Amino acid sequence: MAKKKFVVGCFDEEAVLFPAVKKVRTAGYKIHDVYTPYAVHGLDHAIGLRETSLHTAGFIYGMTGTATALGGISWILTYDWPLNFGGKPHFALPAWIPITFELTVLFAAVGMTLTFCYLCQLAPFVKKHHFHPRATDDLFVMVIECTAKTNVDDLQGLLKSSGAVEVDVQVAEEGWWIGRYDKDEMPFENKTAVA
Amino acid sequence: MASIKQQFEIPGKMKMWSMTLIGVGLLALILGFITKGASSDVHEKAVFWGTILYNSIFFLLICNASMFFICATTLAMGGWSTTFRRVPEAISTLVPIFGSVAAILMCYIVLSGKSYIYNWLDPKVVADSVELKGKAGFLSPGLFITWTILSIGLWSLLGMKMRSLSKEADDTNFDSTTGQKFIWRNTVIAGLFIVWFALTVGSVTPWFWLMSIDGAWYSTMYSWYTFASSFVTGMALIGIWVIYLKNKGYLELTNNEHLHDIGKFMFAFSIFWTYLWFDQYMLIWYSNQPEETIYFKDRVQGAYKGIFFLNLIINFICPLLILMKKSAKRNYTLMTFMCVLIIFGHWLDFYQMVMGSVSRGQVSMGWLDFGIMAFYVGLLIFFVGRALASKPLLSRNNPFLKESIIHHT
Repeated sequence: MAKKKFVVGCFDEEAVLFPAVKKVRTAGYKIHDVYTPYAVHGLDHAIGLRETSLHTAGFIYGMTGTATALGGISWILTYDWPLNFGGKPHFALPAWIPITFELTVLFAAVGMTLTFCYLCQLAPFVKKHHFHPRATDDLFVMVIECTAKTNVDDLQGLLKSSGAVEVDVQVAEEGWWIGRYDKDEMPFENKTAVA
Repeated sequence: MASIKQQFEIPGKMKMWSMTLIGVGLLALILGFITKGASSDVHEKAVFWGTILYNSIFFLLICNASMFFICATTLAMGGWSTTFRRVPEAISTLVPIFGSVAAILMCYIVLSGKSYIYNWLDPKVVADSVELKGKAGFLSPGLFITWTILSIGLWSLLGMKMRSLSKEADDTNFDSTTGQKFIWRNTVIAGLFIVWFALTVGSVTPWFWLMSIDGAWYSTMYSWYTFASSFVTGMALIGIWVIYLKNKGYLELTNNEHLHDIGKFMFAFSIFWTYLWFDQYMLIWYSNQPEETIYFKDRVQGAYKGIFFLNLIINFICPLLILMKKSAKRNYTLMTFMCVLIIFGHWLDFYQMVMGSVSRGQVSMGWLDFGIMAFYVGLLIFFVGRALASKPLLSRNNPFLKESIIHHT
């Protein structure tokens, strides 16, 4: 848990946001994240996020599912409790493929969902700081992390000149804490007022 | 857009290659006719006509898949393919040409009563078989020929209409009303094509052309299997032409994003093909009815075992493992390799679908197969090249063009 200082710029259009992201990055500032009302194509490249490795994890989960299904069924039906189904051989591979497929999908889906929640720190009773309530509605909220060298006034000027409709500075918790969204618990006090 | 190279010029090398391939193919055809077609041995004759038959149908269906792709994206308002739309359009110009060849060939086979290809043409075989007697109304030369000509005729006609609409747009500047009208006219023709495509490739036509080679045998998966096979190959064919044109410096507005989506189609429909392959196999394996298992008897346990499973490796395992990663779908070398592999793999698929029944118990793969394939590939290169050169490469006034230029996957 660490509190950090952020400069927050709000934009009301995608077309204004992209050049602004480019400008801020060229000026050498580090973009913490951009919160948008919907998934914006190409924004991940623009803010320089690295490729997610979620799909690699998904592949591994899927393979685990395949191995579990094939291993489990073949152990049960050929070794532990062989049964005669319609005169088919005990090792009846074609009949196992649908179950194998389903377990592959199940393992991949559940595994990827949980991994996604872990990576995004999403869970019941886990709370994170929201930089602007309208980020979920109609506002594109760009959050820039301040370092010791950051000149906050320069940055705010840059954001305003590139079309931000609202600019403010917030000192906020970066990580998550135990809390509920329906109860207003603030573990930090000096939250600067929204400009 | 003045800087964009819109006019494709056929390189001399391409002309030379297509002519060489057509020459080799014609030579193989003539030699094949002398050694096999004119032979007194029924088996040799069957191999000759069967080889021409599966090649004709395969190349006709993969070219027709291009028009299916255009119509499906039109109906789905999928604008992403607009920057390279002229490529599937050019490929689909082959439908009337390959269609006429295939129609003449099949009419000849059926009218001359070549029962060593279609066993239901032999009255003696029909008299001995309960199944064929029951199907006699359906499997009749009259219906076969009518349906064949109707299928190919309407594919060609509706395809031509789609292409002429696209050409017409080159000289029109649309405003929002005329643009909407243009999209609506496209939608109507595309809808008609898709409905007719569903009634033909999606159901009845493969029953006549391919499934009736084993007259008594049937599978409800068969037409979809044929469709999946031809569509994934059609996507690979579009892919390889797009890559070729990109390498020659054309299609500047088509980029990795578009290639990625073509790769996705190849990946997805390889899986879909496998799904149908497996369904057809497993249901018949499970119920184990003699009149159904006859098809797989020759393929899984007979002479075609190797080709049957090689087919599964090329068309399922390879696309699954190689095309799974995003970077692979954006890599020109890998995509070229996969396009060639998928086209070859599904050619092999059509080979075993037809020849597994025509040349029972003896794999006929040889110089004739590759010769006829070379003939068709030569024709394909020649005519697609000509069609690409006849129109600007960019459908510049298409209302979806901008959507396609800024396409991002």
